[in-house]
Amino acid sequence: MKKILVIVLLAVVGYFLADVFINMGFGNSKFIQNAEIKPVKDDYLQKTKDDLKVSNTVTSIVVNFRGFDTLGEVTVLFLSVTALGSILYRRRHHAGDRSVLFSASSIVTAGSKLIFPPIILLGAYVFIHGHLSPGGGFQGGVIIATGYLLMLLAYENYTVSHKSLTIVESMAGITFVIIGLMGFMNGGTFLQNFLPTGTLNDLFSGGVIAIIYIAVGFKVAAELTGVIYTVLNEKGEQHG
Amino acid sequence: MDNTYFEMLTYVVYGSAILLMLIGLYAVLVKKSLLKIVIGLSIIDSGLHLLIVALGYLKNGTAPIFSQGFFDLAGSKPMVDPLLQALVLTAIVIGFGVTAVALSLVIRLWRHHHTLSIDEIKNLKW
Amino acid sequence: MIYFIFIVVIFLLMLAAAIYAITQKDLLYAVIATGIISLILSVVFYILQAPDVALTEAAIGVALTTIVFIITIRNTVRMEDESDKDNNNLKSAAK
Repeated sequence: MKKILVIVLLAVVGYFLADVFINMGFGNSKFIQNAEIKPVKDDYLQKTKDDLKVSNTVTSIVVNFRGFDTLGEVTVLFLSVTALGSILYRRRHHAGDRSVLFSASSIVTAGSKLIFPPIILLGAYVFIHGHLSPGGGFQGGVIIATGYLLMLLAYENYTVSHKSLTIVESMAGITFVIIGLMGFMNGGTFLQNFLPTGTLNDLFSGGVIAIIYIAVGFKVAAELTGVIYTVLNEKGEQHG
Repeated sequence: MDNTYFEMLTYVVYGSAILLMLIGLYAVLVKKSLLKIVIGLSIIDSGLHLLIVALGYLKNGTAPIFSQGFFDLAGSKPMVDPLLQALVLTAIVIGFGVTAVALSLVIRLWRHHHTLSIDEIKNLKW
Repeated sequence: MIYFIFIVVIFLLMLAAAIYAITQKDLLYAVIATGIISLILSVVFYILQAPDVALTEAAIGVALTTIVFIITIRNTVRMEDESDKDNNNLKSAAK
């Protein structure tokens, strides 16, 4: 009885949602009938090419035009990692080593030691060139955390020093806020660009955007490695 | 692609995004195991992100990156909306954070009650 | 016409994986199906000309979400309708 009621309710919700979106149309420019209203995206694309001289438009929106939202997102990620660490808290003598049923085979141990440095290199390349090609701080940080996950799964006694992870994460967060406060220097606003912008498609273009994204990349990498390290060290109960 | 196929693509893309959201909502409302409810939350997130990115697509559009190849074409192709992609970037990361906190709460509940069914957990009071 | 058939097949695969993920009693298979949804979603984001979003979804949805789910399954139950309470009652009744 409950299932039939739920299906009827979902059908009604789905019908009204589909009605709105299919009438809006897919793949057509929605303001093409009314020539006076200019969409916001034209303004963003124009300013990115001429004023900021940055190739990747999504990076310039995330860091420069809507930079305060990125600060909020970094804060939410930090809060969720703290909550996860405090909910799964055990006393010091209960948390032991990782308990595995059987250790990994020789292919995994040999191969993971070989492929770990190229993964770190790829992650660092992605977050350094965030303003030139698709990528950025969040993507590069997650790739580095995946590399550390591979090493933690292949070797039983591989440890990452928790203290250095905390120090890296805190320093990166403080760098972000300090660069934002330095925007007040020439009478500007919070997170304003104060370094000179170079030419398009150059590595040293875009002013302060590259520095902020490097700080965000370090912070996300350290945070997600800490999450995986905390979650993997839980003592599991054996069940068949 | 021809015009008739592009008209049909409207129903395919929007229909599958809304259907994903409805499947996830069904799992949240009906299922009894807590882990299935968290899986349903993750599926709702995926459907929503697809719906938002599909809103900004233009026909014969290209990615919003000013590369050398784009300047060779002399700007003949229109660019896809970049503002929606920036919003979805933030939403994906926050969705992962919410899933991680929800799963840690599930582990904590299991340690206390030794069951994951929501019928049992409602009946036990301490 | 052949591109249209490819795109329809990709979307149908995504819906089939979603239905499999919520009607399967073995929770490990359901989690792997959720990973398949994220993988196909990353390909669809590339078709819709959004490379940044495709990178983020492929990295976060496939690798990190799956590993956090699997650690939760290791610390709790494996099948959907199993719990630890009836084991305890049986053991104390048999004594």
